Amino acid sequence: MDDAVAVVLFVAVTTYAVFGGADFGAGFWDLVAGGAARGAAPRALVDHAIGPVWEANHVWLIFALVVLWTAFPEAFASITLTAFVPLMLVALGIVLRGASFAFRKSLFRTSQRRAFGAIFAFSSVLVPYGMGAVAGAIASGRVPAGGEAGDPWSSWINPTSVVGGVLAVTVGAYLAAVYLISDARRLADDAMVDYFRRRAIAAAIIAGPVALLGIVVLRSDARYLFDGLASRALPLVLLSSLCGIGSLVLLLRRSPRGARLLAMGAVASIIWAWGVAQWPYILPTSLEVAAAAAPQATLITVLVVFGVATVVILPSLGLLYFLDQRSLLPAEGLDALPPSRGSASLP
Amino acid sequence: MTALPLPPGGSMLAVDPVPWARGQMAFTLASHIILVPLGVSWACMTLVANWRAIRRGDDDALLLAQRWSKYMAVTFAVGAVTGTVLTFEFGLLWPRFMGTWGAAFGIPFSVEGLFFFLEAIFIAIYIYGWKRLRPWPHFWTGVPIVVAGIGGTLSVVAANAWMNEPAGFTLNKAGEVVDVDPLKVIFNDAWPYEASHMLVAAYLVGGFMIASVYAVAMLRGRRGHYHRLGFLIPFTIAAIATPVQMVVGDTLARWVYANEPTKFAAIELVPESDSDVPETLLGRLDSEGQVSGGIAIPGLASWLSDPSTGTSTVIQGLDSFPADERPTTAEVNTVHLAWDVMVGLGTLLFLLSVWYGLTWIVRRDMPRSKLFLRAASGAGVAAVLAMEAGWTVTEVGRQPWIVRGHMRVEDAATTNGGVWVMFIAVVAIYLALATTVVLVLRTMSRRFRQQDGLVDTDSPYGPREVSAERAQEAEHISG
Repeated sequence: MDDAVAVVLFVAVTTYAVFGGADFGAGFWDLVAGGAARGAAPRALVDHAIGPVWEANHVWLIFALVVLWTAFPEAFASITLTAFVPLMLVALGIVLRGASFAFRKSLFRTSQRRAFGAIFAFSSVLVPYGMGAVAGAIASGRVPAGGEAGDPWSSWINPTSVVGGVLAVTVGAYLAAVYLISDARRLADDAMVDYFRRRAIAAAIIAGPVALLGIVVLRSDARYLFDGLASRALPLVLLSSLCGIGSLVLLLRRSPRGARLLAMGAVASIIWAWGVAQWPYILPTSLEVAAAAAPQATLITVLVVFGVATVVILPSLGLLYFLDQRSLLPAEGLDALPPSRGSASLP
Repeated sequence: MTALPLPPGGSMLAVDPVPWARGQMAFTLASHIILVPLGVSWACMTLVANWRAIRRGDDDALLLAQRWSKYMAVTFAVGAVTGTVLTFEFGLLWPRFMGTWGAAFGIPFSVEGLFFFLEAIFIAIYIYGWKRLRPWPHFWTGVPIVVAGIGGTLSVVAANAWMNEPAGFTLNKAGEVVDVDPLKVIFNDAWPYEASHMLVAAYLVGGFMIASVYAVAMLRGRRGHYHRLGFLIPFTIAAIATPVQMVVGDTLARWVYANEPTKFAAIELVPESDSDVPETLLGRLDSEGQVSGGIAIPGLASWLSDPSTGTSTVIQGLDSFPADERPTTAEVNTVHLAWDVMVGLGTLLFLLSVWYGLTWIVRRDMPRSKLFLRAASGAGVAAVLAMEAGWTVTEVGRQPWIVRGHMRVEDAATTNGGVWVMFIAVVAIYLALATTVVLVLRTMSRRFRQQDGLVDTDSPYGPREVSAERAQEAEHISG
């Protein structure tokens, strides 16, 4: 039972990383798009692509947090006590980002638009870094069991956390660039297709070595995780590498549709590799999943809710997808372009 | 305050985290709750306008529904992020509460997650759908937003009601939750009363808030059909909700009398157990713990608590409880004042609703006097204040407990001495956020008036970047 809930938790984390992560990545490309004139076209595409699904993507984060505190309350208490500072930055960053994104399109003067855009872009980097750093704190065993606080600073300022943070930012940027190619293609904007294709390749070339370097860092800094990655999680690590390389090849060969699927696969499998590598611990190596789990009835409730969610939410997402596709009909006009990620979240 | 263990390394900046954690939670909840009525009830009002537009071919109603859906998107987006902050705060501010009680307290939230998901999806579909769906199917895509708003309210309030009336768990000797009955957690004894009170409040407050904007516009001379509709739809809903709320609130108060005697003693300002207790309007407990000031209406508090026994009804006073298991004098005064504010404003809103209702019955029209419009334009703020006061009664009245009878607030808080930094950052960001929300909504309204047509570009879910020809075309169609 606790295993099943842990799987649900990881499904939520993975979905958030694959869809929400790309939303943050889009913000990264906004940040580095350059001056107002030069960056106008990519920024418009980013705006367009995050579209109406950013809220739905964001819900996965809430869902993951709720599952964590309901099903594994002791682990949640330990994590929030230890990683207070990065989680605080993440929370504040999410407010700034969500609000500035919502307001940016409201009718402001260019200077105001630019200020909101800057907040949006900056927090788009801060938030995934913070999340990656917290993941690093957990994975490297710096969060103690028993609802106790670990070190408030070194828990998230350490080699594994830095790797986690940088990886989260680069992977998000990579996913976003790959998705944005498809969005640009649908807009028949060849310049932007090329623009984001080059950036997707660059991001892939950076994210790969960061991941490899990360494994070297883990060897000395997070031994349990390293051993797991090198043994039972090895197939997933290899799968992730293959997907990553495959997507890079497809990008070079200008075949973005396949590249998108492979990029998602690369990210999803590395997250699952993390989960499998630290198994059976939820907080390596002090708290096992089974020991952290809430009473049976609570776990059943979480599973039932997840079951209902798949029955109710997936068709709803499907409806959103269907309507988006319809709006692609030429007669509907280009301003109705759908968010690619709403569609991609279907099984 | 008792000395708390502070984390190593944070000593320079460390202060006692408990008051900061409480202050931050109070501030962020009080901010978030203002957006809640809009998130819950605005969709329903929009659908009323939408329905009228389709049924009667009313173009003004259509325009109103379209614009409301865009405003709604902005307030929903901001509500979603302020709600996310609350999610983080449960852990960051109250880790020991969550660590101990998460297995029970988390259950209503996992249900709420479902509704939040539905709301996020259908709000996007509804706003995207204006130009792309046939009228009736489009109308029906709005209905899940209303359902999700109601379901979300009922589940979140279940969590709060559980803190007041904890149920559905078994503790072992070490005080750990070892078994949970999810249904008893959700459907705890306080839930039906608290949840219905908040649900009606959402429609009452949302209705008065929106109506007050159109009341101001009418005072400024914009009295056409469009503004009339904008006033009548929300005001009628609020005016129906107000008398209902009087009954629901009264029932809840009597439940509190029977089940949460410390809170009730604070509400009615009763230092010592007695019968024939007067209803004290305003007034406070002095440093001796005695009632001072205020206007006392003899016997009324006893009579209201249980009309069947009249003025001989005994109300338990604060002295029946150990000093460390009831609110402090300052907290009692806060609760009592908040109660008076809620009931006082509620009564004024009730009178306003009666005025409206009677005029409507007699003349089939709303009151024409300027005084009515002036009162209506203040009703939004009054309703928000009444709601804030109501939550103050619930939360401060539960002190010193976070889980009544089981865990104290000070035992629930984080030990992190740096909480004050987050508090200051949150206050600064929220003030900026509030200012921006108001500015954005006003700018949208101004732009709507200039264009007098459907503008697509400014909602967070709407399609972006309408090209110049498209915009002209849209203007052409709507004009």
